[in-house]
Amino acid sequence: MPQVTLTVNGKQHTVTVEGRTLLVELLREKIGLTGTHVGCDTSQCGACVVHVNGVSAKSCTMLAMQADGANVTTIEGLAAADGTLHPMQEMFREHHALQCGFCTPGMVMSAIDLVNSHPQGLTEKEIREGLEGNLCRCTGYHNIVKAIAAAAPLMHAK
Amino acid sequence: MPFEGIGASVRRKEDVRFLSGRGNYTDDINRPGQLYAVMRRSDRPHAKILGIDTAAASAAPGVVAIFTGADMAKEEIGGLPCGWQIHNKDGSPMAEPPHPVLAVGKVRHVGDPVAVVIADTKQQARDAAELISIDYQDLPSVSSTPDALATGAPLVHDEVPGNLCYDWHIGDKAVVDGVFAKAAHVVKLDLVNNRLVPNAMEPRAAIGDFDTSSGDYTLYTTSQNPHVIRLLMGAFVLHIPENKLRVVAPDVGGGFGSKIYHYAEEAIVTWASAKVRRPVKWTADRSESFMSDAHGRDHVSTAEMAVDADGKFLGLRIHTLANMGAYLSTFAPCVPTYLYATLLAGVYTTPVIYCEVKAVFTHTVPVDAYRGAGRPEATFLLERLVDCIAHDTGIDRVELRRKNFIAADAFPYQTPVALEYDSGDYQTTLRVALENSDYAGFEARRAEAAKRGKLRGIGVSTYLEACGIAPSAVVGSLGARAGLYEVANIRVHPTGSVTVFTGTHSHGQGHETTLAQLVCDQLGVPLSQVDVVHGDTAKIPFGMGTYGSRSLAVGGSAMVKAMDKIIAKGKKIAAHLMEASVEDIEFANNTFTVAGTDKSKTLTDISLAAYVPHNYPIDVLEPGLDETAFYDPKNFTFPGGCHVAEVEIDPETGVTEVINFTAVDDVGRVVNPMIVEGQIQGGVAQGIGQALLEAAIYDKSGQLMSGSMMDYTMPRADNLPNFNVATENTMCTHNPLGSKGCGEVGAIGSPPAIMNAVIDALKQFGVRHIDMPATGPKLWSIIHAGQAKMAAE
Ligand code: FES
Ligand code: FES
Repeated sequence: MPQVTLTVNGKQHTVTVEGRTLLVELLREKIGLTGTHVGCDTSQCGACVVHVNGVSAKSCTMLAMQADGANVTTIEGLAAADGTLHPMQEMFREHHALQCGFCTPGMVMSAIDLVNSHPQGLTEKEIREGLEGNLCRCTGYHNIVKAIAAAAPLMHAK
Repeated sequence: MPFEGIGASVRRKEDVRFLSGRGNYTDDINRPGQLYAVMRRSDRPHAKILGIDTAAASAAPGVVAIFTGADMAKEEIGGLPCGWQIHNKDGSPMAEPPHPVLAVGKVRHVGDPVAVVIADTKQQARDAAELISIDYQDLPSVSSTPDALATGAPLVHDEVPGNLCYDWHIGDKAVVDGVFAKAAHVVKLDLVNNRLVPNAMEPRAAIGDFDTSSGDYTLYTTSQNPHVIRLLMGAFVLHIPENKLRVVAPDVGGGFGSKIYHYAEEAIVTWASAKVRRPVKWTADRSESFMSDAHGRDHVSTAEMAVDADGKFLGLRIHTLANMGAYLSTFAPCVPTYLYATLLAGVYTTPVIYCEVKAVFTHTVPVDAYRGAGRPEATFLLERLVDCIAHDTGIDRVELRRKNFIAADAFPYQTPVALEYDSGDYQTTLRVALENSDYAGFEARRAEAAKRGKLRGIGVSTYLEACGIAPSAVVGSLGARAGLYEVANIRVHPTGSVTVFTGTHSHGQGHETTLAQLVCDQLGVPLSQVDVVHGDTAKIPFGMGTYGSRSLAVGGSAMVKAMDKIIAKGKKIAAHLMEASVEDIEFANNTFTVAGTDKSKTLTDISLAAYVPHNYPIDVLEPGLDETAFYDPKNFTFPGGCHVAEVEIDPETGVTEVINFTAVDDVGRVVNPMIVEGQIQGGVAQGIGQALLEAAIYDKSGQLMSGSMMDYTMPRADNLPNFNVATENTMCTHNPLGSKGCGEVGAIGSPPAIMNAVIDALKQFGVRHIDMPATGPKLWSIIHAGQAKMAAE
């Protein structure tokens, strides 16, 4: 069976997978990072979003083998070593942008990429459109949009 | 100490865990030696099972076992029980056909589980499930609600003639008919409440873990009420006594009702883990959720209001057909009856009401409570009907509502449909909502939109619901097979920190924070020293779980009661330590004082004495500071309010944009305003989803057309506006907190507000009613037909 070597949250892993193993299965089942979630089977919900080489990707829609050699960041890898939250995590908490927490990892990972790719800042409309690939059933998005708007300047200030 | 008690928007204690990927959802749990279960489900709506050949599948790599309905039947495994019995008009009980865990003899809906494959990996189980060959004889099916009662309709259960589960009614038909005969106006409306798929973002999952040394079973499951699952599965399905069965509902990723019910997969993995003597895990794929999670709504109704010449409502007459699906889900029968018809007075003084409800079986996924459960159906019907009365009589829709409101000084108010409302102030919530939405300035905005080629409309809904479920004796007399009290255990530890064990369950509501705030408030313990534990039958004394917006009103009240006991015991200890009489001890701000003196002891002094009872009234008082209370509510609670929606429709596409949404709700005492606003926002989003986007659609052949997130339109961030949410509260008069509940109001009040706005936007085309969802193509057709007609005139 094929082997994949990849870096996840700064740590290198070499894992044996099947050809059909998905990146999300590798993360959750092979290396035990269960923060990345699976909410659908049609690439619709974004609960599985991680960063692959710094860019957001739906890990349910990517084969583990496609991540060979890649640098992957998951929700577990965002906070500083001392536990200090990333500004996006902090603003999600501050603005009550999560309820059940199931969509949250994917939402946060997507939101960070959205902010990173808009150094000039984001309008509310751009935030809402930028979340097209992420579903949340709990919050109605109102507070998620607020949290992202609040995190953007904090992230750019860094 | 910062203010963290009742009324503080403290940030949630659970968030750091969820935000850093350290939540503990069922699918995150892996037990040593665990195997994986995959269900083989029916792809037919209705068929006889002539044979099941598992030979090839059994020989596939990694397969450990395969079980079918016949294997379970051999061991006398019971069917899935129904928790509520409705009686027909003639007093006879409803039809209650068996609901086998795995299909026996027949399949009755697409998704009905036929066999389970257990293998070393999920992939192996999935591959093998496809190798099972099932010999079906297809039978004709019926999926639409009205068709189920047609003569000659295919029968879902041979023993249920005419597919009629029950024929129930409330009210005096002759009296109501008499009122109609004399009324100045009779306004009639036919309407459909669309079938929905709850779609909590976490798919259901279950792990059965049989301990071969002790003979104990543990079930980890995505449930809103682990004790209820233990009771139903243990007592009725698998015959396992409570002491040998532990049910854990860890972090649960949303429920909205769909995770209340006892599902087949829970029984299957629990039973199978003893058979294979290893843990067995099942996790639903989303497409599996669509065909196996209970759906919601699905009513077809005719509503009529008798109205006098001034617009006063004189009488209401309703006929409703409610779809139960193929089998009775746990609480299905009570939804279109006691959670629906009893709400038909709404916020109005309508003196007489008659409602008859026929519940039918169809070859579809079972239907049960989904956020609001019956109350959204009642509210949509009433609030659409009121707008139709305004349309037909020419009376202004807001005036018409005001004229018929129950007055703020009329409480307690006995409705003609069984409920007694304790408090409310509908004029105020309406007035504030109209102010907050600048209702008065709307016509200018409509005109401005028209200049841009957009059709703008505004809609109002004034609603009420019943939650805080429920007084046990009352619901028992109405057919509930369970009590609906709640339980709290408050443990003050030796050094004064507190653990709360609650029978309610949080799957997004934030109980770890809100319930801890109650302890800050009553015992004066800082939030950081209070932990809330829920979701494990091995830790919690008992509990009925979370649904019907009950956690604070019922579960919080149980906590208050338990903390009252803590304080009462603490006073006795304090009296002993301070050599005073118990009557002179006062408790406030974490401190016991002797009235009129400066003598005091902190709660920590008392708890330490309680656990290290060296100087202690040991002859008359047990050591320890740990109290449990059961709280059975005295009545339902009655949140209500006013929602105002403002929409713009693009005539080129028919697509509706929600421009503004204003909610002013009365939810009683608010413990954490931030969380309450979040609950209302989320509920409104689901209501807007129902109104504009969502529909579970079966085709004529019984296939679920909207069976994935590609086909079922979930609301996304760019479908929704920012919400303008506020509360104007009157206190619940019969529970110690005054809280009414806020989990469902958003989903109850919003659909008719949206639809009234859509219809208002289209009024130039003579539109009187549109059924939900008001999708782009549907509205485009209406607009274009209307434009063509106007051009022709
Ligand atoms: S799990 Fe839904 S998009 Fe990946
Ligand atoms: S917080 Fe529950 S799905 Fe988003």
